[in-house]
Amino acid sequence: MMEVGLTHYLTVGAILFTLGIFAVMTRRNTVALLMGVELILNGANVNFVAFSRFVETSIDGHIMAAFVIVLAAAEAAVALAIVLAMFRNFGTVHVDSVDSLKQ
Amino acid sequence: MGDMVFYLFALMTVLSGFFVVFSKNIVHAGFSLMFTLFGVAGLFAMLGADFLAITQTMVYIGGVLVLVLFVVMMTRIPAQNLPKSSFNRKIPAGIFSVLIFAIVFKVIGGTEWNVLPVDAPEATISMIGQKLLTEFIFPFEYASIVLLLAMIGAAILIRERKIDDDEEVQS
Amino acid sequence: MSEHAILWTALSVLLLPMLSYVIIFFFGKMLPRKGDWVGVTLLGATLVQAVRIFVHFWQMGDSQLRYEGGFRWLDLGQFTADAGILVDGMTSVMLVVVALVSFLVHLFSVGYMHGDRRYERFFAFLGFFTFSMMGIVLANGLLFLYVFWELVGLASYLLIGFFFHKPSAADANKKAFLTNRVGDFGFFIGIMIFFTAYGTFNYMELFAQMQLAPLTGALLTWAGVGLFMGCIGKSAQAPLHIWLPDAMEGPTPVSALIHAATMVAAGVYMVARLLPLFDPNALLVIAYIGAITAILGATIALVKTDIKKSLAFSTISQLGYMVMAMGVGASAAGMFHLTTHAFFKALLFLGAGSVIHAVHTQEMPLMGGLRKKMPITFVTFFIATLAISGVPFFSGFYSKDAILAGALAFGMQGKTMIPFILAIAAAGITAFYMFRMLFMTFMGKPRDEERYSHAHESPWTMSVPLLILAVLAIVSAGWKGPADSWFSKFVTSYDLPAIAAEYGHQEHHIVESDHHVAVDDHAVAHVDEHADSHAEAAHGDSHGHGHGDAHDDIHHKAHNMAMAMSIAIAGLGIFLSWLAYMKKAFSTEAIRTKLNPLYKVLQNKYYFDEFYAATVYKFVLGFAWLNAAFDRIVIDGIVDGSATVTKIGGWITGSIFDRYVVDGMVNGVGNLIQGAAQGMRRVQTGQVQTYLLYVCTSIVILVFVFRAL
Repeated sequence: MMEVGLTHYLTVGAILFTLGIFAVMTRRNTVALLMGVELILNGANVNFVAFSRFVETSIDGHIMAAFVIVLAAAEAAVALAIVLAMFRNFGTVHVDSVDSLKQ
Repeated sequence: MGDMVFYLFALMTVLSGFFVVFSKNIVHAGFSLMFTLFGVAGLFAMLGADFLAITQTMVYIGGVLVLVLFVVMMTRIPAQNLPKSSFNRKIPAGIFSVLIFAIVFKVIGGTEWNVLPVDAPEATISMIGQKLLTEFIFPFEYASIVLLLAMIGAAILIRERKIDDDEEVQS
Repeated sequence: MSEHAILWTALSVLLLPMLSYVIIFFFGKMLPRKGDWVGVTLLGATLVQAVRIFVHFWQMGDSQLRYEGGFRWLDLGQFTADAGILVDGMTSVMLVVVALVSFLVHLFSVGYMHGDRRYERFFAFLGFFTFSMMGIVLANGLLFLYVFWELVGLASYLLIGFFFHKPSAADANKKAFLTNRVGDFGFFIGIMIFFTAYGTFNYMELFAQMQLAPLTGALLTWAGVGLFMGCIGKSAQAPLHIWLPDAMEGPTPVSALIHAATMVAAGVYMVARLLPLFDPNALLVIAYIGAITAILGATIALVKTDIKKSLAFSTISQLGYMVMAMGVGASAAGMFHLTTHAFFKALLFLGAGSVIHAVHTQEMPLMGGLRKKMPITFVTFFIATLAISGVPFFSGFYSKDAILAGALAFGMQGKTMIPFILAIAAAGITAFYMFRMLFMTFMGKPRDEERYSHAHESPWTMSVPLLILAVLAIVSAGWKGPADSWFSKFVTSYDLPAIAAEYGHQEHHIVESDHHVAVDDHAVAHVDEHADSHAEAAHGDSHGHGHGDAHDDIHHKAHNMAMAMSIAIAGLGIFLSWLAYMKKAFSTEAIRTKLNPLYKVLQNKYYFDEFYAATVYKFVLGFAWLNAAFDRIVIDGIVDGSATVTKIGGWITGSIFDRYVVDGMVNGVGNLIQGAAQGMRRVQTGQVQTYLLYVCTSIVILVFVFRAL
């Protein structure tokens, strides 16, 4: 087994990203869909920090990752508020049952 | 030794990630997301990003995840009355997810990364603080505004609304 | 003023209307008088700033003077984009035109829109439009030109549909938006061809690179045609002119501002600005399209009885003139006509608005004899009519004459005469229908006594703009020949070798970033030679630098001939119009019945709309239906397997058999259309997750197509 390096971290990031994409495409529960988004963001964050550690000498990657965390928190707050409002108005949290604009 | 720890964290992250995606029970998915996030925090720590590891634990696990679990519990409906989806997305989604992963994996493996032989920085907090207040002061302030707006937006979204809202109708 | 001061003044011209928009949009309801005074005051300030720039250029009197400033907007590795403003003579004129017309329209709207429920929203949109238009004028690169190009499209959409509760207005703004989209598609392709070739959006750098390493052959022609497609859409040239008449559903001040004076002229301005990027073939296309549009618009305007529709076709026709001027190499004449046209056409529209405000109808057969009731409107409308008809000593005469001279010279230089012939014919028809409009509206006996008795002169906020514009419609003439008109101080052809020398070596990223154009260092040596021949072939302009005596001679001869011919034909048009509508020497009714087929064709606007309905719309619907069928049968079939097949089978036997065979073919067509709509709905599921699946599929396919790995 080769020594743990950049590619290992990137692979973990890629797995998380793909899992997130898959979750966003298939989950019908909005909350689960949001979890998929968190997975995508975490995959990206792992990449940021790994690059910052191995390829760059500066610490910019960490700062990017910190911003991603901040934005993820903001996103989660708003999205979950939307989920609650949706639940109150439609009685469901399934993305494909809320389509009243289609008619 | 260090490698073993990495594999431990990586395994934990990936396995619980799979569980998040494939678990039928949304509460289980939420709890396995906690392990995923914790695993990522461990990876951060392995990479010498001590500040991020702590932030990840505090913001994600302490904040976002709790929020998610709250919402899960507030919006639970019995599982059996799900309307059947007219269009089964799982198979093509699975195929293309795997393909995308294959592409990314090939890029990762096929690229000559210019890896620098530097050691992990000692402590990143002061460096991050300096950068945030000098070079990244604008994005930093923007982020605070975004957070404020998100807070206000969330509060507006979930407030109880009266039905006879004349102003809305007029404009 | 220093360069610094000029740039800051220009920036204030851009941002003051934006400020007006923000204030009125967000706080209009709280302000006294709903904030109309904010708009008028800020636009007044804009006008003052624009005039300051104009005066500066007037004093300097150097048409090659150019100020440029900006900053790096995006820096994404190899891709960089700058935001900046460019101020030169042409810009300064356009700034004054836009600011002035916009200011007057704001003032006019205070009276015209009085009491409207969404009064403050109207002023907000006007401010937004002015901001976007200033952006087009001031942009120093294709990227920002495109951004503001789309923003004026949006503003136009909002304002055409201002009375959105009228279905016709709601349809009209959709039509305008979608038609423009067709043009913008080509525009974008054109921009991207130049960007991939040269790696920059900046005008001056592009011109310089064109000199150093010209694109060649068909690619350059198609890039030029692509850029021109943007002009076809925005400036309502044939065959995409169909949106402009419908756009008259908007409030009349909007028609005056956007669909007569400024936005529709943006296409012409763009072509003038980017003239060095068009090769002779593209310019020939431009000349033909312009000439065809000129005659097409004029002939349709002959038979329309709706005063605003008639003016709209007149606008299309005049825009055709300007575009043709670009094509035949008389770009300065085209810009000159743009300026004078902005004044007199805005005046015509505002005058028409004043009339409509008074009699509450747009149908000319219901008007008549209004000159006694509305003297100010009549006099100003009369002046504008004289100007557009090309009567000497009025502005339209000088600018139109310059264009005709350019077209004639174009023909005499051994190229095609067709543009000139079409243009001179259109000039005569223009004189005829404009006087017809004047006679039917203001002269003769009132045809509808009740409307006539209620008519009244408009309040001062409406008549003052009319008077100011009337003065400008006379004064902007300058009373000089095309070679030494006041306009030549501001607009001439670019001094390309100088630009190449100034900008050619600043940016080396063309060479570094492996774009397909290799810059040969020796190319600089024959830059001058190339530029001269290029300028002469493509935009030989009488105001350019001396191209030899023979050249000047042709222009001189052409100018005299064109002037004589245009006076003669305008006189003929006016005389015939007078005979027909005042003297009643012959009955227009009789002619109409005699030439009934022709009349019908004109009345139906050459069946353009019907043609599109029969071809393009059908094609789009059919294509959507095909897609839908593909989606339904292939994709769903694979995914859902036999269940769906069974379902389709059931659907075919069930609904097709029942509906089509049992109910017969009566409902066939209706069902087909409904089926297409249903099919489109299946692709557009409205579910983000499905879209994401499409995106992922596309990514994978693209990676394999381009073999990025």
